[in-house]
Amino acid sequence: MGLRGEAAIVGIAEYRPERNFTGTPSFSLEQWADLAAQALDDAGLDARDVNGIACAHDVRESSFFVPATVAEYCGFKVNFAERLDLGGASSVGMVWRAAAAVELGICDVVVGAVVSRPRPVDPVPQPIDPRVFFGASSNEWGSPQAEFEIPYGNLAQNCGYAMIAQRYGEQYGYDPRAIAKLVVDQRTNACANPNAVFFGKPITIDDVLASKMIADPIHMLEIVMPVSGGAAFVVASKDRARRARHRPAFVTGFGEHLTHKTPTYMPNLVETPVGPAARQAFAMAGVAPRDVDCVELYDCYSITALLSIEDSGFCGKGEGMEFVRQHDLSYAGDFPCNTHGGQLGFGQAGLAGGMSHVTEAVRQLRGGVGERQVDGCNTVYVSGTGGVMSEQSALVLQGA
Amino acid sequence: MELEVPRPHPTPTTQPFWDGLAREAVCIQHCDDCQAWVYYPRSRCPRCLSGRLSWHDVAGTGVVHTFSVARQATSPHFVDAVPQLLAIVELDAPCNEVHLTTTLVDIDPDDIAIGLRVVPVYDHGADGVTLLRYRTAE
Repeated sequence: MGLRGEAAIVGIAEYRPERNFTGTPSFSLEQWADLAAQALDDAGLDARDVNGIACAHDVRESSFFVPATVAEYCGFKVNFAERLDLGGASSVGMVWRAAAAVELGICDVVVGAVVSRPRPVDPVPQPIDPRVFFGASSNEWGSPQAEFEIPYGNLAQNCGYAMIAQRYGEQYGYDPRAIAKLVVDQRTNACANPNAVFFGKPITIDDVLASKMIADPIHMLEIVMPVSGGAAFVVASKDRARRARHRPAFVTGFGEHLTHKTPTYMPNLVETPVGPAARQAFAMAGVAPRDVDCVELYDCYSITALLSIEDSGFCGKGEGMEFVRQHDLSYAGDFPCNTHGGQLGFGQAGLAGGMSHVTEAVRQLRGGVGERQVDGCNTVYVSGTGGVMSEQSALVLQGA
Repeated sequence: MELEVPRPHPTPTTQPFWDGLAREAVCIQHCDDCQAWVYYPRSRCPRCLSGRLSWHDVAGTGVVHTFSVARQATSPHFVDAVPQLLAIVELDAPCNEVHLTTTLVDIDPDDIAIGLRVVPVYDHGADGVTLLRYRTAE
């Protein structure tokens, strides 16, 4: 079942995340085209080679017919056109769909991009769309969230993750210092990545615990920093990969699992969907969690990363806090985790936050990423998370 | 910018649930094929997709399954409601598979705990819609 490992990420591009954008605003389509060009250049491929595209729901000039608009804008003639709606799991989902399309033989060069730099101010002032106040929740009539969540104030992400963390503590025990250490180790990684928004800003466990309580038990420093940015990838066939400029990152396993939109309706609040996704990804790749050289785990919140360590199989259920206490999660440690700083240290540029885990995995497999390089990196596990543990995805990427 | 707290707008499918709250009862669906208790109300059972759903008044009492105290408003609509005492309540047997989103009232945030026994509070709105909130059992 699954991939044969005959498609690889051969090109990547990424805007440096910025808390305060310093460049010139541009349209989503312009960002898409720019990042695609950079990723193709990184791969050593020509725009005319592209015959597949993977988009997300962040092309703001088009709320639908996104792939056709992107293809037309960039001049791509494609046999595979995808548009994903999996929130923070979209990036991983775009990569495996691209790899699957390549292995099916319907295309051999797929470009995917996620974009979140500011757009120019509209010359025709637009009324504020009331939907912006509801974030990822739908307030449309007939939406379960509009009727059973939003009127109670259960919207946005903080409280959902906080309620999961609270339940985790009840069942397995909660060690605020352990979960703060996870944040600190990732910040150590960010301090070894000049592109991270928190480069040059180390923190301590006490700093995390002294930061403002946002939604018990989650402190401000356990929550990602929104930034501007964007990222893209090129997935190509084995034949193309052989001629690529850099060492290819073969997509050897993937998984995806979802059961709910709102955590209230999760079958079990502390057994997250990444579990089945990870098991499928590892089985497909024919590797075990212990074979992985480094992990890039989606970390919108500290609890997300902690539960992803457990449910992906790196330790037993309920042992995550102890695992974090016992292991050094920095790039130099015995369990290198989110070596670019994670989104907690690197910044979350919309959907490109999730893509940052993919681009970092590719860089680690290529080698020469500088101070934070994990020695002999050949197998990387990547996870994605959308909504409030709503949809999760997993990838195993391996060097040739 | 002042934003009003959004109110539920019942649908033909969900109306019996809201009618129940208006008369101070918790009325939820039961699947007559697979025997699941169903919440929130749907047109079909989320366990077996049967359309044979019937409505039943249940006790509505339960325990706090989990909670969070939002010190920062979850959206601009709730800036005056901070701290928001959000909870997921698990109903008592036989419908203990039902988890519902609510807010707790008449309680000190420091006294909220998982496992706390809670009872319904029917919060009747001027728009004729009643929200189902919870407070600790006596």
